[in-house]
Amino acid sequence: MIDRRKNTFISVLILIPSILLVGLFIYGFIGNTIVVSLSDWGHRLGGLAFDPEKNFAGLENYRQLFSGFVHGRFRQDLVNAVFYSILLMAGTLFFGFLFAVLLDRKVRAEGFFRTLFLYPMALSFIVTGTIWRWLFAPSGGVNIIPTFFGGTAGTFLWISSRATILQFNWQDLFQVLSIILAFVFLTLLIRSLRTGSPKGRTFSIVMLLITLLYASVIHRLLPPILPFEEMHGFNLATLGICIASIWQYSGYAMALYLAGLRALPESIRESAQLDGANEFIYYMRIAIPNLKPITLSAVIVLAHISLKMFDLIYAMAGADNANTGHPSINMYLTTFRANNFASGAAMAVVLFLLAALFIIPYLIHTHRERRG
Amino acid sequence: MNKLRNVSFVLVLILLLSVLPIFAEGQQEPVGPAAPKAAEQVVLTNNIPKGDLEIFSWWAGDEGPALAALIRVFEAKYPRVNVINATVTGGSGVNAKAVLKTRMLGGDPPESFQVHAGQELIGTWVTAERMLDLTPLFEREGWMDVFPEDLLKLLGTDAGIWSVPVNIHRSNVLWYVPKHLKDWGVEAPSSWAEFLVIAPKIQAKGVVPLSLATTWTVNHLWESVALGVLGDDAYEALWAGDIPWTDARVVEVWETFDKVLEYTNNDAASLSWQQATDMVVNGQAAFNIMGDWAAGYMSTTLGLEPGSGYGWAASPGTDGSFIFLADSFGLPKGCENPDAAIAWLTVCGSKEGADAFNPLKGSISARKDSDMSLYNVYSKSAAQDFQQNRIVGSLAHGVVANEGFMNDFSTVMEMFLSSRNAQQAANACQAIAIQNGMTR
Repeated sequence: MIDRRKNTFISVLILIPSILLVGLFIYGFIGNTIVVSLSDWGHRLGGLAFDPEKNFAGLENYRQLFSGFVHGRFRQDLVNAVFYSILLMAGTLFFGFLFAVLLDRKVRAEGFFRTLFLYPMALSFIVTGTIWRWLFAPSGGVNIIPTFFGGTAGTFLWISSRATILQFNWQDLFQVLSIILAFVFLTLLIRSLRTGSPKGRTFSIVMLLITLLYASVIHRLLPPILPFEEMHGFNLATLGICIASIWQYSGYAMALYLAGLRALPESIRESAQLDGANEFIYYMRIAIPNLKPITLSAVIVLAHISLKMFDLIYAMAGADNANTGHPSINMYLTTFRANNFASGAAMAVVLFLLAALFIIPYLIHTHRERRG
Repeated sequence: MNKLRNVSFVLVLILLLSVLPIFAEGQQEPVGPAAPKAAEQVVLTNNIPKGDLEIFSWWAGDEGPALAALIRVFEAKYPRVNVINATVTGGSGVNAKAVLKTRMLGGDPPESFQVHAGQELIGTWVTAERMLDLTPLFEREGWMDVFPEDLLKLLGTDAGIWSVPVNIHRSNVLWYVPKHLKDWGVEAPSSWAEFLVIAPKIQAKGVVPLSLATTWTVNHLWESVALGVLGDDAYEALWAGDIPWTDARVVEVWETFDKVLEYTNNDAASLSWQQATDMVVNGQAAFNIMGDWAAGYMSTTLGLEPGSGYGWAASPGTDGSFIFLADSFGLPKGCENPDAAIAWLTVCGSKEGADAFNPLKGSISARKDSDMSLYNVYSKSAAQDFQQNRIVGSLAHGVVANEGFMNDFSTVMEMFLSSRNAQQAANACQAIAIQNGMTR
């Protein structure tokens, strides 16, 4: 008993320095950023004074970000970040899995190809960004490829196009979100009906009804979140950024998937073949479901990479190109160029919460698995 | 049980630590509103400057030789001072300004730093009470008479003068190639209305009437349009906060700007300013509005002859006005070697220093008495205009607006480029002007 207590004492003693450092330099500064975001530091001139004036402002900065007149760019940046994350994940996982399957088929010089696909990962984003900026130049690079085959040169402005698709009015944001949620619950409901498991069925039905009710009736009754119309949507200019980052991260997904495929026992594949499954069915029906944990961790890593994206966009499109804007760049400009520290801190906190949205369920999931 | 207790102990500890800065914040809260202090003035002494002098700037690469020439003049005069040339590269000082902020906030200011003269310095550092008033130095050196009065007004505030300009660039210049214009049968327009008449003719020949580059050059074009539409007095009144942004004249600026944009290249956002200049030189575009560093680029890099190889005029509707921007050096409070810093500023403002620096930089001297035989054909004409024209400040280069407004203006510009709604842009400008303390 005494021995155990002594052990505990020593382990706590050893842990204290790192607890102190992590507590101060990570959680302490997160706390500080939150405090700054609730103040009005930098709203007036003189934010860089020796003793700047800081008053408590409550959630005013957040209200301004989401419904203020001058923060329209931040809202578009958020929309950009959402589309960007979705495209980055879908593209990276698709190409990563494709490359992994191709390599899994015991090709010759596998090591060479593996390195080849993984190599972009070794480059820094600044290098990737510079190369792809040249490739996406309006009158060079990708756009003149058709001329090699006798076609006419493309005219698409990869990183500076002002075309936007999938536009919606920011006033209808909650309506759009509730329709998306309704679709999610509908698929959950259909799945539970198909598999016949009653788990969560009532919940899905209730949520489906609530979201539909909101989208059709309640939304119209509530006052609008913005006093004026403001259109946001998917800026086609972000396609260039997406392609560059998919190029960079496909190799990473490939490495994860390849390791996963190699870990699947050969006997599964053989028995699938005996049952008459061809290669395609094997990968679709057997490999993918078995690789679910790998997909999940890849999604988590890619999600937080896409939320922290800064250097690639900065190198490819520059800081002031709002078409390819990202909240992180806006945060940097607001804080360190416009000296508006409170608004910048609020943007940082919004980004932090978005990242937490992905990370916390993942942590809970892994924690449960470890215990179970 | 024991394990659970340990975990909760650790959690509580982390929580406590994360709450700590909140208390620290609490202690920093000022007690009541601080009384306005009189600006602290620079103290001139007769000490012989010695020791280290750190000069912070973003002049590397093409601009490096000009700074080196200025430092040589300084070293010849003050041999006992050891000059540390601290440059942080990056166009217009994007990176340098961020580094400077961390150094100033960290209590380690350089002896003197490069900064765009005017509100970019005043809005950030003077309102933060981190700069010394240089009025005694200006009086001792006789600069009150040597620098144009319009310029002194824009360099200072009611409380003092904050920096010494080392160069002057002009922003409202229209560039073209005389031979091309003759071939196309057009002349440089003298007003925006005239431009809008000849632009369709130029476009019909398959030529872009006005070449444009990335966002900051759009802001640069905007200030020329604004001055051309508003005229000198209304332009100055706008920045002084005497006329609001929602005024019909300002809305007209945006409407004219919208029409002008119709005649620009559509790949502007992916081009650098040099590429936009190249379009004019190659005959892909008829005109370009850019600061007079474009003259340096065309003379030195492209090897064109000023006058015959390329021509220039004041941007439409701004003949007789000179939108200036200047790099300048100021003196931060709390630097380690103020004697050497004052000696540096003296050299920056001297005739000898200005005439060593500017011919190499491709700019002109802010002084009225500089030796014109040292300058090239373009600079001579610019210097003449600088002496005779009405001098007003640039928005895109930080003379008339503080950093907060400039940053937000870029956002408004992006909104306008997408929406093309003049009234909305004017309203947004009014909102950001209020937010950044630029209204009366």
